[in-house]
Amino acid sequence: MADVKMVNLTIEGRPVTVPDGTSILEAAKVAGVLIPHYCYHPGLPVAGVCRMCLVEVEKFPKLAPSCATTVGEGQVVHVHSPKALEARKGVLEFLLINHPLDCPICDQSGECELQDYTFAEGRADSRYREAKRFNPVEDFGGDVLYVQNRCILCTRCVRFMGDIAQEPVLNVSERGDRAFIGKADGHDLTNPWAGNVVDLCPVGALLSKDFLNKARAWELDRAATICTGCSQGCNIVAETRDNVVVRMRPRPNDQVNQYYMCEVGRAGYREFNRRDRVEQPHVRVGHALVIAEWDEAVRTASRALSGKRIVVLASANLSNEALFLLERIIAHSNGQGVFRVDTGAEVALPGANDLALRSERVANAAGARLLGFSEVTPPLATLRDGDGLLIVGEMLDGLVGADFDRAATIVHIGTTLPDVLAARAQIVLPITNTLEEEGTLTNLRGRVQRYLQAKAAPGVARPTWYVLADLLAALGGEGAYETPAQVFEALSASSQPFATLDYDALGLLGLPVLDDSTLVSDVTT
Amino acid sequence: MSHGPSASGGSIVAAPPHGTHHDEPHVPIFVGDRRAELDLIMSRYPSKQAALLPALWIVQDARGWVSEASMEEVANVLGITPAYVKGVTSFYTMYHQHPVGRHFIQVCTTTPCNVCGAEDVVQSLVEHSGCGDLGLTSPDGRFTIVEVECLGACGFPTPIMINNDFVESVTPESVPRILSELK
Amino acid sequence: MGYPNPSHPRETPILSKYFGDAGARTVEGWRARGGYEALQQALNTDPQELQTIVKDSGLRGRGGAGFPTGLKWSFMKPDGKIHYMLCNADESEPGTFKDREIMRWTPHGLVEGVALAAYAIYAETAYIYIRGEFTEPYKYVTQAVEDAYKAGILGANAMGSGKRLDVHVHRGAGAYICGEETALMNSLEGRRGNPRIKPPFPAVAGLFGKPTTINNVETLATVPYIIKNGAEWYKQFGRPDNTKSIGTKLFSVCGNISRPGNYEVAMGFPFKDFLYDLCGGPLVGREIKAVIPGGSSVPILTREEAEGVLMDYEGMVAAGTLLGSGGVIVFDDKQDMVRQIARLVRFYAHESCAQCTQCREGTAWTTRIMERIRDGEGTAEDLDTLLSIADNMSGKTICVLSDSCATPVVSGLKKFRHEFEAKIGANRGMVTVPNTFRASAA
Repeated sequence: MADVKMVNLTIEGRPVTVPDGTSILEAAKVAGVLIPHYCYHPGLPVAGVCRMCLVEVEKFPKLAPSCATTVGEGQVVHVHSPKALEARKGVLEFLLINHPLDCPICDQSGECELQDYTFAEGRADSRYREAKRFNPVEDFGGDVLYVQNRCILCTRCVRFMGDIAQEPVLNVSERGDRAFIGKADGHDLTNPWAGNVVDLCPVGALLSKDFLNKARAWELDRAATICTGCSQGCNIVAETRDNVVVRMRPRPNDQVNQYYMCEVGRAGYREFNRRDRVEQPHVRVGHALVIAEWDEAVRTASRALSGKRIVVLASANLSNEALFLLERIIAHSNGQGVFRVDTGAEVALPGANDLALRSERVANAAGARLLGFSEVTPPLATLRDGDGLLIVGEMLDGLVGADFDRAATIVHIGTTLPDVLAARAQIVLPITNTLEEEGTLTNLRGRVQRYLQAKAAPGVARPTWYVLADLLAALGGEGAYETPAQVFEALSASSQPFATLDYDALGLLGLPVLDDSTLVSDVTT
Repeated sequence: MSHGPSASGGSIVAAPPHGTHHDEPHVPIFVGDRRAELDLIMSRYPSKQAALLPALWIVQDARGWVSEASMEEVANVLGITPAYVKGVTSFYTMYHQHPVGRHFIQVCTTTPCNVCGAEDVVQSLVEHSGCGDLGLTSPDGRFTIVEVECLGACGFPTPIMINNDFVESVTPESVPRILSELK
Repeated sequence: MGYPNPSHPRETPILSKYFGDAGARTVEGWRARGGYEALQQALNTDPQELQTIVKDSGLRGRGGAGFPTGLKWSFMKPDGKIHYMLCNADESEPGTFKDREIMRWTPHGLVEGVALAAYAIYAETAYIYIRGEFTEPYKYVTQAVEDAYKAGILGANAMGSGKRLDVHVHRGAGAYICGEETALMNSLEGRRGNPRIKPPFPAVAGLFGKPTTINNVETLATVPYIIKNGAEWYKQFGRPDNTKSIGTKLFSVCGNISRPGNYEVAMGFPFKDFLYDLCGGPLVGREIKAVIPGGSSVPILTREEAEGVLMDYEGMVAAGTLLGSGGVIVFDDKQDMVRQIARLVRFYAHESCAQCTQCREGTAWTTRIMERIRDGEGTAEDLDTLLSIADNMSGKTICVLSDSCATPVVSGLKKFRHEFEAKIGANRGMVTVPNTFRASAA
């Protein structure tokens, strides 16, 4: 970076200094000026075809496409000059002549760049008096529907499939005003990363079949969170309508997922809408689990575990904060922490740097390892007679009743109550799922990333860190934490890899932990 | 994918085959001499993909048109995807994406020929070929007539192209004789 | 010789000397006519010197843009990198059919020029991209290349020089836009014929990403004559008061004219004499109404304007048009200009590659309006809209196809507005949009 020449220029009267080679469009972002554009996307090769980003550059004979024009020393750029505005108004008019103007029934409405820029810079009327072109909707396969009438042929989707997914199953077919986005018969958009074309589409031409007609954009609440589908830790936005998650979309993070997320991650939202949730604390009375007050339930759990060696079977989707508190509980009882990891095939996105659906299909295996948890197969192999078993989160697939027999007592802290535990757990404490709480996760490269609460928890379920802090306190440990930030502070104070991290400083893009050998062994690519 | 009203018309209007002799491929296209021809062509370029247009010509010469199945064969031999091949094929007006008559006749009607009466030649061709309309194939499978943009023989109005051969200075009157010579 | 008409005494046949002479099509025939002497001579000359000669000759690109050929070549340095020479034989500008005749009658002249140029720009490989419809030129050029290899003119030891020179012929498949140099490169690489954003220019990153020089057929066919006879010899052709346009130029003439065909005249030839003397003027009983002098993409001239023009780059510019590719389209008084302009814009709508918004949508919209006016359903408002669309289509896209579509509309409306208005005036069923519905057109 030290060698990069810096260039000074003026955009809309604002001086800005950017590295040589930067496009005017990107430089304008630095100056706080948004130049309207369609075909340009920072994650894709420049196409320069929509001609929407035309700006006036002093001393240039013609308007310049700001996406494809690099900055020059002393350049003076006018984004909103009459000439530039007139040109963009022309582009908007052209884009709309054959557009059906069916915003009232279009999923993109409210988050459509054609709508937005037309409101901002377009004509109030159309001079188009001819018949509009009409073409049927086509199912591209996968989760993608193509509504050709709304397509502005920006080719973002084609470039994504060609250059990023590197499986060019989309093309521009025909030419002139007959052109459309096409595909070959029998070759559907089934690539595990194909869903990104829906996000990339600036208009309502490529739609998610799954999300179709579910909600209007303005009805959605959005929260920044982290995908728990694998250990990549893609930054995403969870979108909810009336406390129901309806969609997950990628949130740009150059260090992690750039602009993308995979189909597995996208489909993951359903898990957070489960209706079979435990909504109240339960305590076993005789053979039955009966509803209890929180205080009573935590006290009962503490009594049940007290004096025993505590084995913790933790979900590897738990936050760093929850895992840290568990680690305290384990230390307190000289116990042991174990976790399991679901695995699957790794599916890389070849055109993106170090991005893949990872074979570890859990979000925080790295955090668990850093905090002293170990992967044991079978997971309860280390259970000894008389141990207290603390199960946190759901990770019981394949376990049968006999596996739990050695435990003297079982405390289950979870979002649901699996059958195998319904008959065995002494105490059940309901917790939030990832979207219902805030916290941090550590991805496979050791990046600690915050996630925010996207929806409310059912019943009186409490954030995991909150429940564990209470339990730790009841067991006699230091558990006086009121926010996840406080837990994180304690974590960074006591755990060397996290030592330099500050909760607020993590921001929404996260920061890496200190180098740690436990991470290196995990790196698969 | 169908297309709505278009100012400029499609390159070649889709016409269902009317008893044409073209079949879906049963034998692979790039074998024997054709494979050798393609290999020779590929040797001229630093990338395999550069042989795409020539490969499509080989297909069309052999089969009369370029079906999706043929595109898939081309894609496989050049290491590209069928969708990519289709996008390229459909860009160029000379590749037939549908079966056409044995004699595929393109009539230039661009301005220089238009001012010299090209539209009358078109009408005469449609009339005498039995095609019924532009883009359709005559019931006997002999003819398909399409309008084409500038053939680059403006000094010889009206030029028509019958498959790969030019006929220059065609008039409405000379059409019946020209057609009668095409079996 | 001329083709199809005999050579006129006022022509200066250099390139067209052997048009109609089938004997010139073979290696032997071409050699007998002095062919391949220039190449032989060039291969014994430093490429730098060849670049200088061509630069000194004043030769400018004959494809339409008129860029100085020697200057273009001089961008290519002996940098040890792979270079490519490209010959643009995608002649498809309506009204132009000169390259076709060069390739049909003197294919070896082209091969010689291409090989010479390749050597001069430090390239070993050259491609001749011939439009798909040109089956006959393709046949002759392919044959010429094959024969040139057999004769040792091309290949690993070109004409015994020890230098490698490969020439390959590549056939297009029907796309006007492939005449645009970067679209041609894409097409040759097996892509859609989409023009590329510039920069980078071909001299930096052209065909297969390598430094490339691309020249038109006529330009390259001229080069051997310049090398053989010298820059000074070439400079004699042209008018004394304009040193910017040098040499002879092939003009294709078509439309409503007595003797359509190709004519080779020295730069600066009076257009009036050209039209009436060489080409025989209008058909019997007719009058010339309008002329498009440089292929369909240049502004239309009225007869009066055309008759005052001198046929070179500057002469055409002075008359508000361009020399372009030298395709002269003549319209007589029988022609309905609205109808013909409508047909012309339809061409561009058909040929738009679909990349840029203005072109993809604008060419089609313009066509729809023009055809509506043609059919007697136009309104006065349409004329303003046409001009406004034309403005929105001009100077804003990757290539100039969009501008080319706007050109006949703008020049047509300027010079033949009365014909548009007559159509609109005859529109009895005209429905105008009430002002109240038109809101405040922001």
